[in-house]
Amino acid sequence: MINAVKREIPESLFEKTGLKPYVPGENEKLLPRSTETFAERSKNNNKITSFEEAVKAVGLKDGMTISFHHHFRDGEHVVNYVLGKLAEMGYKNLSVAASSLTNVHEPMIEHIKNGVVTHIETSGLRGKLANAISHGLMDDPVIFRSHGGRAAAIAEGDLHIDVAFLGASSCDPYGNANGYTAGGEETGACGSLGYARVDAEYADKVIILTNNIVAFPNVPCAIPAKQVDYIVEVESVGDPAKISSGATRFTKNPHDLLIAQTAADVIEASGYFYDGFSMQTGSGGASLAVTRFLRDKMIAKDIKCGFALGGITAQITSMHEEGLVKRILDVQTFDSVAAESVKNNEFHHQIDAVSYASPYDKGSAQNQLDVVILSALEIDVDFNVNVLLGSDGVIRGAIGGHPDTAAGAALTIITAPLMRGRLPTVMKKVNTVITPGWDVDVLVTDHGIAVNPARPEIEERLRGAGLPVTTIEALQQEAERLSGVPDDLPFGDKVVAVVTYRDGSVIDVIKNIKD
Amino acid sequence: MKLEKNGVAGTLESGDIMVEIRPSEKQGINVELESTVANLFGRQIKQVIIETAEKCGLENVDIIANDKGSLDCTIRARVTTAALRATGGEFKW
Repeated sequence: MINAVKREIPESLFEKTGLKPYVPGENEKLLPRSTETFAERSKNNNKITSFEEAVKAVGLKDGMTISFHHHFRDGEHVVNYVLGKLAEMGYKNLSVAASSLTNVHEPMIEHIKNGVVTHIETSGLRGKLANAISHGLMDDPVIFRSHGGRAAAIAEGDLHIDVAFLGASSCDPYGNANGYTAGGEETGACGSLGYARVDAEYADKVIILTNNIVAFPNVPCAIPAKQVDYIVEVESVGDPAKISSGATRFTKNPHDLLIAQTAADVIEASGYFYDGFSMQTGSGGASLAVTRFLRDKMIAKDIKCGFALGGITAQITSMHEEGLVKRILDVQTFDSVAAESVKNNEFHHQIDAVSYASPYDKGSAQNQLDVVILSALEIDVDFNVNVLLGSDGVIRGAIGGHPDTAAGAALTIITAPLMRGRLPTVMKKVNTVITPGWDVDVLVTDHGIAVNPARPEIEERLRGAGLPVTTIEALQQEAERLSGVPDDLPFGDKVVAVVTYRDGSVIDVIKNIKD
Repeated sequence: MKLEKNGVAGTLESGDIMVEIRPSEKQGINVELESTVANLFGRQIKQVIIETAEKCGLENVDIIANDKGSLDCTIRARVTTAALRATGGEFKW
């Protein structure tokens, strides 16, 4: 046959291969050529539409799974906006898969009562929503996943996302989206979009919500246009001033400072403090302060950190700018100073949550850690750690990257005060196991250090350095002497939440709490 | 021990307990406790309050306590001080 460009193609080829001859205009998926200017096309032929149109166009149905990120933490605005709109549109029975939920998500209580939301997957729950769920608000138990566990579940297809609603601090008319505005005026930056990038890559449909539509090409960007279906302009996606509230406060508490100083001494003596070492610090008061004390030791011994991972704070970025931390891998930015750094510093690099903490990839960054410093609400004599369930039996925290980095690092240090008021931190049995004790090596408290008996070489090095090493049993007994033996919490029989390990297997359950 | 007036001691700071002791129409030592750690330690805190009040020789009183996670030593100190203030200094150390 002769095709449209007058070339002769043997008929037998089509029979043999199933290929089709070129016929202009036949394939409707092929975008037609435009002679408009690039500026005109950006304006007239883009992916920007109204919220309602976007939702209809992606085919959202009752019973589907929608996802969100929490890079704005306590300043997050997208979840409440989207669920409010979807409730108005009459949607029911939705499954919410958020990277985490915070104090601001209290309006979800009404959506749960009204049947708009019937299932939740998250890393954390706080505030009144957490309290209501702890008291048995939902029929379906909440599924808690770590950041690495969530990323792996999405990538492997265990957690399927139908539609991702992702807030972005900047986005061009085609979907190149970012957590800041490169080369332009900032209208509310959150920094890295590490968690959202996984949703964008694997969700069936992706809708970007943004308050800042910028000219194409919005590069560098976290989420490329090819992953984005529609863009909705909204008034606000989040308040950057509220990102660093709560968990990442900078401590003045003398207990925390003592713990931080001791933890820095532990790192120095551990055998993992060498030129080029790698580290991550968690978001608790004491674990953040460790960085400050470690800095002095690094300068004194002329040691540089090869890379710092994690939740990135101003302390880490200032050490980077001083040349003490060579590279930063940033899955989540914890304050506005760090958000400026990810925008301006070439080697402050944002990574997605799979690259951060996939439990299945040798190359994921968590698997390259020498030292991680993490916090704990409770730790027991088997070194099991709880960071999720409050001592009153009410959910009030987040798994975060705790079990991921504890398993990935060569040396896992938990920093915690022995007591918080009357509440003992070190106890016989934690209320909920989040990170199993075999992934925890050292506990640093304001009453001394305990080393996991599985790491005798570490204990020997710390004793050799003259550090105050005791046993975890002795710490537990001291805490109990001060607090008394606590009564049993009034739990009911209903499972309100399931705690999964990094591979999605069940490591614990949380029962409803009675008043 | 006769109460001259209401006696108050303590603060609402974390780790402290605010204790108010008032004369009561009712018999005995009546404790009304609000505590941030009520589930775990409410029973023990009440017991320490009553024991301390008895040791101070108080009878027929209402004790209103607002606890923010205090330890036993703190509770004893606050109850004793409130009792001293309520009894107009007649309390014998």
